[in-house]
Amino acid sequence: MAKLPNEPSSEITPLPVYVRRREFIKNAALFAGTATAVGGGLLWVMSGGRADSPEPASPPPGAAPSASQEVNAEPVAPAAARSPYSTDEAMTPYKDVTGYNNFYEFGVDKTDPARNASKLRPRPWTVSIEGEVNKPQTLDIDTLLGWFPLEERIYRMRCVEAWSMVIPWLGFPLASLVKKVEPTSRAKYLAFTTLLDTNQMPGQRSHVLDWPYVEGLRIDEATHPLAMLATGLYGKNLPNQNGAPLRLVVPWKYGFKGIKSIVKIRFVEQQPPTTWNLAAANEYGFYANVNPEVDHPRWSQATERRIGEVRRRKTLPFNGYGEWVASLYTGMDLRRNF
Amino acid sequence: MPKQKLFSGPVPFLKPAVFVGSLFPFVALTIRAVRGQLGANPIATGLNQLGLVALVFLVASLACTPLKLLFGWTWPIRIRRMLGLFAFFYALLHVGTYTGIDQGFDWKAILADVTQRKFIFVGFAAFVLLIPLAATSTDKMVRRLGFARWKLLHRLAYVAAILGVIHFVWRVKKDLSQPAVFAVLLAALLAVRIVDSLGWLRRAQPKVAHRNQLANVNPD
Repeated sequence: MAKLPNEPSSEITPLPVYVRRREFIKNAALFAGTATAVGGGLLWVMSGGRADSPEPASPPPGAAPSASQEVNAEPVAPAAARSPYSTDEAMTPYKDVTGYNNFYEFGVDKTDPARNASKLRPRPWTVSIEGEVNKPQTLDIDTLLGWFPLEERIYRMRCVEAWSMVIPWLGFPLASLVKKVEPTSRAKYLAFTTLLDTNQMPGQRSHVLDWPYVEGLRIDEATHPLAMLATGLYGKNLPNQNGAPLRLVVPWKYGFKGIKSIVKIRFVEQQPPTTWNLAAANEYGFYANVNPEVDHPRWSQATERRIGEVRRRKTLPFNGYGEWVASLYTGMDLRRNF
Repeated sequence: MPKQKLFSGPVPFLKPAVFVGSLFPFVALTIRAVRGQLGANPIATGLNQLGLVALVFLVASLACTPLKLLFGWTWPIRIRRMLGLFAFFYALLHVGTYTGIDQGFDWKAILADVTQRKFIFVGFAAFVLLIPLAATSTDKMVRRLGFARWKLLHRLAYVAAILGVIHFVWRVKKDLSQPAVFAVLLAALLAVRIVDSLGWLRRAQPKVAHRNQLANVNPD
């Protein structure tokens, strides 16, 4: 600021005071305007070109409780006995589980889903079960939920982007549903499909991925007791941004296998296409088992950052679930079948 | 009074104003970090934002000469050095965040990253190229090197920017819209320089080009 009137006072010819003052005010205004324009422009670029702050101040109505709010809503199921599959590691805070999501149907930024998912209507919702089953059917989500007791499972979730969370899911084993609909002998794989509706999922207007999102599991993976269909987390219904009303949770695989907002489960004979594999086959395989030995072509998978921690931690084979699931893959070259 | 060209006369406010504005990202990130407002993965957010800002400054510093060539503006030349140094400042913070906070000074992992990950390699190369440019940014260094050699050396800024954009393109998972903006801007700036070097712009605006040739080295 000291530089602004840049003529030394000794050289100033006696001018009327109002002229100097006018000059000073003009320069001060230009200084403030330019500084604000430069700084504001930079902050605008940093916010991804959005007018609002990068963190939503309050979640959309009907979505998650606010970041500071305690999760005290009525649990949707009586507290279940602790599952033997649950980890006792510290759980990731609710605000992070529901505020940091990859759900491109609502935008590619990880804060977009919490901001945009209020457009999704998780009720009424139907799920169709098709293909190689004796009991194909289209049923209401609440009918489906009535079929099985809900249980809580506290699982690690390892994202392919090398970060991880610990999430208390509420749901039921996928194996229970598979058994109930009676797969035929030709059912070798399950193919899952997310809702396709650009009004409810505005991110689907962008062509960043092929919509609808599709995922798949081998039937022995799907019937493994660790694989579950989740309908809630932290003891309450799934927030929209986490894949309401029904999503897949496969804790030994990278997070993108956990397809959200499922409308269709088809039992098929051939390995089904999967969205990220279609997008970049050399980077995302069908199996996508967590494997610190097999790096993503562009980054290391040897370590991960647990959300809330500073130091990276070592990534475990099969995300630490190897004792239960490694036998599914005996004899397979996991470097090729990544 | 005849209408003056944009900021053509003495502009005492320009450099201090751009300096203050350029510190906004640093101040904003610091405040958000201290208050825990960088989201669930603050290290990744800070890292990405610092890299983004560094690239913005790099491209902005490269826009100064094309703006002069196209419109005859001299004021961008007066802030070019500052923009370049801010690019280096934010690139340094970006690399420092990666090395110290993200990787926790795990030199083995860092070496593996730089040598095995092409996106980190090109980003690192871009940063390394900026070091001699920052080091030779003073008037004294321009005189010591001689203007012709200094100018040649500082053409590396274009190489650094191209590598920076490639770093960004290879970094994103799928959505290329942001890196594409930088790529298009950089290509446009390069195109202006190429067209100029072919002599087309000088023929179009002979007075402007010649007058500002003098302002090129030591504009203030």
